[in-house]
Amino acid sequence: MKVVIAAALTALIALPAAAQDKMQLRIGTEGAYPPFNFFDSDNNLQGFDIDIANALCAEMNAECTFVAQDWDGIIPALRANKFDAIIASMSITEERDKVVDFTNKYYNTPPALAVPKDSDLADASPEALSGIILGAQSATTHANYAEAKFPDTELRRYGTPEEYKLDLESGRIDAAIDDVVVLSEWIESEDGACCKILTTLTPDPVINGAGAGIAIREGETELRDKFNAAIEAIRANGVYDEIRQKYFDFDVYGG
Amino acid sequence: MSEYVPDILANYGDDLFDGFLITLQLVFLSVVAGAVLGAVICAGRMSKNRIVMGLAWLYIGLFRGTPLLAQLFLIYYGAGQFSGFWRDVGLWGILRDPFNCALISFTLNTAAYQAEVFRGAVQAIPKGQWEGAAALGLSKRLAFLRVIVPQAALYALRPFGNEIILMIKASAVASVVTVYDLLGETRLAFSDTFRFDVYFYAAALYLVLVETLRRIWNVLEAYLTRHLKSRDETPAGAAKNKPADRGQAAGEGLSPASPPISGRPV
Amino acid sequence: MDGNLFSLLSFGPDGWGDELFAGLQITLALALATAPIGLVGGFLLALARRSDNVFARVPATAFTTVFKGLPELITLFIVYYGFSMALAWFLGLFTDAHVEVSAFLAGMIALGAVSASFASEVFMAALSGVPRGQYEAAHALGLSRWATLRKIIIPQLIRIALPGLGNLWLVLLKDTALVSVIALPDLLRRTFIAVGSTKEPFFFFLVAILIYFAISLVSMGIFALLERRYEKAYIR
Repeated sequence: MKVVIAAALTALIALPAAAQDKMQLRIGTEGAYPPFNFFDSDNNLQGFDIDIANALCAEMNAECTFVAQDWDGIIPALRANKFDAIIASMSITEERDKVVDFTNKYYNTPPALAVPKDSDLADASPEALSGIILGAQSATTHANYAEAKFPDTELRRYGTPEEYKLDLESGRIDAAIDDVVVLSEWIESEDGACCKILTTLTPDPVINGAGAGIAIREGETELRDKFNAAIEAIRANGVYDEIRQKYFDFDVYGG
Repeated sequence: MSEYVPDILANYGDDLFDGFLITLQLVFLSVVAGAVLGAVICAGRMSKNRIVMGLAWLYIGLFRGTPLLAQLFLIYYGAGQFSGFWRDVGLWGILRDPFNCALISFTLNTAAYQAEVFRGAVQAIPKGQWEGAAALGLSKRLAFLRVIVPQAALYALRPFGNEIILMIKASAVASVVTVYDLLGETRLAFSDTFRFDVYFYAAALYLVLVETLRRIWNVLEAYLTRHLKSRDETPAGAAKNKPADRGQAAGEGLSPASPPISGRPV
Repeated sequence: MDGNLFSLLSFGPDGWGDELFAGLQITLALALATAPIGLVGGFLLALARRSDNVFARVPATAFTTVFKGLPELITLFIVYYGFSMALAWFLGLFTDAHVEVSAFLAGMIALGAVSASFASEVFMAALSGVPRGQYEAAHALGLSRWATLRKIIIPQLIRIALPGLGNLWLVLLKDTALVSVIALPDLLRRTFIAVGSTKEPFFFFLVAILIYFAISLVSMGIFALLERRYEKAYIR
């Protein structure tokens, strides 16, 4: 019993390490959004976001630790000081900007629709999609996009991409909306054999925002400036491109 | 007045209310369907046939001894896994809908608890009642329907009320499989606005619902057992077998069904 | 079901047996860490609710009413998000230290509050099951209040409360599954992860259910033994 309690207590309370020369940063990420951030079979965090985060930390000479957090609680968790920054493919939107601050973008890719291979959906017009059931991850720009653009479509919101993938496969939903890179990665893998990309969608700047940025607590301008400088630096010195090539054969930074 | 309504309620109040209605529907339908199924399982549990009895025991044990959330996942995703089969037999239209999956798993779950409520109540009736009925020349069937059931119903009333309250609370897990019940709508509002207070409004709604039901039940019980009061302050003290509820005395001040432990009103 | 399915449960890189086992350990650790909170908290709540002091009785009664009436899931969300926000704000007043309310701690607090509330019912009933005369007799024998409680009341209390507490333990064990919704990697959460990569939801959720059932059966056996032990003195 004692062991259990001791283990519990150490798991719970993480007091800050004594002040060191290196800046200590806790990075929140989701760990369920391949290829951007996910756990590999050894339970290690991997992905584009993670590599970018590590490169930025190296650039800023900061010591970074990662904290995994479910998506729909990730902003509250940042505000509750569970970590200092979110690097988890979070789109920079007006709504979120009200409660957190964002750095500049570090990539920008459009949304897309995935459907079962035998789907008879012809296109992604609001008319074609009326009356169908569309899945999206909750609290994402993609869910907001669907809500705004496809008013006659029933929208189901899931906690994780894993859940809408299972339901798309079983046919419980007729289509799913998410980032084109995320959907393509899944469809090209064995797991996504059920489905295909119907089409990419034209992003709406108001809803989809200006790409994915790093979220930090409001008012921490010093940290934001450091991140922005680091993003610029890795863009300039080729580190960004190196990481990008590891995951994608096209430009994800966007224009 | 309107300036006193918090803006989050002005924007999301209707959604929360819609969710509240879904919660009510889920609970009402599953408790009613669960009562029917529970009666059948109770009969099986009290059957003299050992196989029937064993199966009923296993059913009750499995559904009461494991988390409802796991049962819901089994039914929701399990049904999805065999969607081809369900399409072939024409049931996919039902199983496709998350509300129905939640309803089915809640019904199966509450049936197990209700079966034990019924069994406890029937067994709480003294043997002498059966013997008395037999002495009057009543058939076993008639004795059960006319003598045992009316008395057992009174014993079952309190644990049955507790079971409804527990279903109201348990129904919140439906939100995990995209059912927009009260908690589902609340989570949605929270993820849109990051306004934490929306959870407090939802919590208040749940509390009002549970407390209202508890009070209605107290009145109902006092009314239905008024004929027992003059004779004995604690009619339930006599009950040998406590009707098995979820082991949680969800309402205090019990009268006819025995309080869990002491055999006396708390 | 064919043999291939069962090989999915093997321990090692290809099987999910070790992942599920690790999840089971977390499930049990959470239940074991929470049970003492429920037990002690429930006892204190029961004393407070029986107290003549309004300032003890009213808050304790309100506490139990709230945590008995709220869905456990919403309690969990409120603790996980709200409590950590409040704590961060509060600590921020004094220091730069940050306290992390993990899913495990949130689960302990939320489920602890819920089981304490229900346990207080069990203890209330048990306390009234010990006749007043026992206190008076102990007093007449010159026992102190503490000695009375420890030597006379509590042993009887345990006997009377044991079946109720056994039930609460089973409820707690099942409620730990809810903490998987806020990402605690417990048995149910790991099962979900296994489902995601194997596409065998029916098989894996059934396995999880059978594991929960097995723990419930073992717990019931242990409580039956305990009950028999405490009943011994009363068997004539």
